[in-house]
Amino acid sequence: MNIYGVSLLAFCFLAGKIIGTFLGSLIGLSGDIGGVGFSMFLLVFINSYLKKKNINISKSENGVLFWSTMYIPIVVAMSASQNVKAAMLGGWLAIIVGVLVTIVAFMLVPLLSRIGKEDLNKK
Amino acid sequence: MIENIVNANGLIFAFFIVGVIMYLSYLFSKKILNNMIPGAAIAIIIALILAFMGEDKGVSNLPYMGGMAILGGSMLRDFSVVATAMGVDISKIKQAGFSGILSLFIGVSFSFSLGVIVALLMGYSDPISLTTIGAGACTYIVGPVTGSALGASSEIIALSVATGVVKVIVTSICTPLVATKIGLNNPNSAMIFGGLIGTTSGVAAGLAATDEKLVPYGALTATFFTGLGCLMCPSIFYFIINALVS
Repeated sequence: MNIYGVSLLAFCFLAGKIIGTFLGSLIGLSGDIGGVGFSMFLLVFINSYLKKKNINISKSENGVLFWSTMYIPIVVAMSASQNVKAAMLGGWLAIIVGVLVTIVAFMLVPLLSRIGKEDLNKK
Repeated sequence: MIENIVNANGLIFAFFIVGVIMYLSYLFSKKILNNMIPGAAIAIIIALILAFMGEDKGVSNLPYMGGMAILGGSMLRDFSVVATAMGVDISKIKQAGFSGILSLFIGVSFSFSLGVIVALLMGYSDPISLTTIGAGACTYIVGPVTGSALGASSEIIALSVATGVVKVIVTSICTPLVATKIGLNNPNSAMIFGGLIGTTSGVAAGLAATDEKLVPYGALTATFFTGLGCLMCPSIFYFIINALVS
């Protein structure tokens, strides 16, 4: 059933948030430190564990797949609810830093990809 | 009467509106641009233009549109980000392991440094403001988290959020345009890209517009970026800036 997948997703989501928030409180921050990342790893590991055990989850999987296909529409809604005006009114600083950081990051991608490839060749 | 119904069912109305935006964007991309710019990118650009019509919460400040903030809020966003991990292949994560982690540390460090340098050049000199603006150059979440942890002024915190939002916008629009040039066409480079840029929404939006299959790989490293930024900016990086300035 779809709800099994959604429920598993919700479990991973909450467990990740709890780990992230706990880590945050350890270093005295009220934020959530990497919670979404922990949730994703949890889902990946549980998913591959179930597959390894040959447990058929294809029907429950649809509940998760639905939410993953909702990602782009949600990003569209999120973009529409950003404070775009403040980003522009925040002075040149915001624009210069935002643009510069992104361009340099783009240029670093091929450099680091080479390291990744060398890694693969060694294996 | 219609206003009451729409306002009482804001999220449902947002589903409808976003669906219409997506449909028109994909149609425009296919029929007029011959798929030169992907429909997802056009939908995000339209969304950002719509956001201009509102105030601090973009289009959701306008009547009827309150549901957009719910649909695009952090809860559903994070929920759907986690869901994208379902398609992730573990063996590929292991492959990108070392370069993925390296890209995360390089990404956070260089974003922060670049932000601090530009802020210095533009006349900011106190360590708290410098650190907060540098954190904003990481993501619009790292900025305010760092700013509140260090006790920065609300003006500086707002500026750090704005910096992060500019990064999201540039990443969303430019990723599909430069993807071929920077070799962004496989899971390995997508993970490095996610680790270097780090704004989950920008990375996912940009990758979605480039190749939907790459989204989970980029999102996987990108989600750790904000965590790493929240970890390092208010602590190690602040100590370094504090020592350098005074």
